[in-house]
Amino acid sequence: MQDVAVRVGEILAEHDGMEGPLLPIFHAVQEAFGHVPQEALPIIAKGLNLSRAEVHGVMSFYHDFREERAGRHVVKLCRAEACQARGADALADHARERLGCDWNETTADGNVTLEPVFCLGLCACGPAALVDGRVIGRLDEARFDALVEEMRA
Amino acid sequence: MRIYVPLDAAAKALGADEVARAIAYEATRRGIDVQITRNGSRGMVWLEPLVEVETPEGRVAYGPFDAADAGALLDGTLPSLGRTDDLEWMRRQTRLTFARCGVIDPLSMAEYETHGGLSGLQRALSMTGAEIVAEVADSGLRGRGGAGFPTGIKWKTVHDAPGPQKYIVCNADEGDSGTFADRMIFEGDPFTVIEGMVIAGIAVGATKGYIYSRSEYPDANEVMGKAIRIAKAEGLLGDVLGSGRRFDLELRIGAGAYVCGEETALLNSLEGKRGVVRAKPPLPALQGFMGRPTVVNNVISLATIPVIMEKGAAFYKEFGLGRSRGTIPLQIAGNVARGGLFETAFGMSLGEIVDDLAGGTASGRPVKAVQVGGPLGAYFPRALFDTPFGYEDFAGKEGLIGHAGIVVFDDRSDMLKMARFAMEFCAIESCGKCTPCRIGAVRGAETIDRIGRGDASAIPLLTDLCNTMKAGSLCALGGFTPYPVMSALTHFPGDFTATHKEAAE
Repeated sequence: MQDVAVRVGEILAEHDGMEGPLLPIFHAVQEAFGHVPQEALPIIAKGLNLSRAEVHGVMSFYHDFREERAGRHVVKLCRAEACQARGADALADHARERLGCDWNETTADGNVTLEPVFCLGLCACGPAALVDGRVIGRLDEARFDALVEEMRA
Repeated sequence: MRIYVPLDAAAKALGADEVARAIAYEATRRGIDVQITRNGSRGMVWLEPLVEVETPEGRVAYGPFDAADAGALLDGTLPSLGRTDDLEWMRRQTRLTFARCGVIDPLSMAEYETHGGLSGLQRALSMTGAEIVAEVADSGLRGRGGAGFPTGIKWKTVHDAPGPQKYIVCNADEGDSGTFADRMIFEGDPFTVIEGMVIAGIAVGATKGYIYSRSEYPDANEVMGKAIRIAKAEGLLGDVLGSGRRFDLELRIGAGAYVCGEETALLNSLEGKRGVVRAKPPLPALQGFMGRPTVVNNVISLATIPVIMEKGAAFYKEFGLGRSRGTIPLQIAGNVARGGLFETAFGMSLGEIVDDLAGGTASGRPVKAVQVGGPLGAYFPRALFDTPFGYEDFAGKEGLIGHAGIVVFDDRSDMLKMARFAMEFCAIESCGKCTPCRIGAVRGAETIDRIGRGDASAIPLLTDLCNTMKAGSLCALGGFTPYPVMSALTHFPGDFTATHKEAAE
């Protein structure tokens, strides 16, 4: 585990001189640690001459930034209208039952985090999902179960 | 032998990477020299992965391609769909903005130039800023993000605004369900977006540009990131084509907030703030990014600039209907037999799009409703299928074309549920600044639940709430959520009755 203060300090230095650097900094911190650790916030605030409340406010506004580490795998299922038209709701019910966890939760073994996403731009081949950054179209229950098995391996 | 296998996210989602690997493997096994080009998508998503082989007669298409067919393809025993250009979907289009998408290697500047790229910019470099602005205004181009504001007028405001530093911001926060044109052009022809931004910069006197894209588009962002690096190395960015004019460009990624597609929320987000909507005035054109004059344009608006500059305003204006000039990339999605991107002049009827182009539903069941324009767009019943695709035509039917996403639903869809979803989505994504949106969306979902439980007295309440949201919200999120809700209620009243609910249970 890298020291948060050291790595966040490096990230701040890498973004020096950028206009409006806060979102790129959060993305970089999350990339480094898998989430945005609480102890990073005062360091970022000091580095950008912002209040800690401001930094916390920005972080908590955006769905992407996690306060806690996700599971080893992240499954994002599209819940938007075009995927709903192809049965995304039934697939989502199946996914939650199969994984035994609800939206924004991680399976008991810490392996899979399930998240809703509103549109992956795969609207002509839904239901769509993003599994560890990999796009998947025309997802159905059987394929979902196969993915779960793959992630267990 | 040159073979094209798309790198488009929709093609990848249907197995294009496996197909490319299989073709490479089978070619090596056979000792055949094959050059595999990862191109953008031709837009026929139901045929993806669509593999093309270059032949003396032109490019021949195979799809939907199964990785197991790689050997047969190389042996010449696989039946083809014929020449790609002869396919009905391609023949019926007017591809101006998407002319190169799916045709060229998206990251080859040489191929980009061979297919007409940079000619628009070269012409722009010989003109004054005011002349470029006038050309864009004459073309009749209106904002393709959905608002339909004339691009030329926006540019003129920024052109005329004083300021030592101006900006071009490309709104690539394509969050509307049913839309994927921005993603496709990023993956299939990214240089055209960059060229459009450079021309905008030269026109209004801006030297710095930002693209604000989405975290939900990892593939598109990867291609655009590479394209920007290549554009710098090849002199499209920096000192623009050695003209002494400067334009620099940075790609920024959002963080999952739908409201950041609204231009003022986007600007706040770009500045590193919460994506909260700003009150207008001041217009972003005068006080935009960092309080400076800023052009905020949609991806497709900017991607259309090069062809307008290359072929002239008069050429572009020829296409279209009424005050909706030029072409529009329709994105046909949801429960459709043939989904994808189809660029055509404004004016095609909704019925022709849904029944003829899309071939009805994928499920084979009757079409019940079509939502046009994303989550804030109205649900149209078959009775409105004669509506021509144009800004004013849809507005006249209490709808909107938005970013031209068209989502088809079959007869199993419950419109009360879809109306509730619209309110729920607005509640989740509201930035919280104005009350009609922040509170109204929550109350709206509750009121629809009451109707669902058989309380018909809640219907006037919902109508009243929708009027308040429409009139009182600061931006389109709260202001347009009533479109899907009220259209569902108006056109599908049967889904809002107690008997319907009992029947469903």
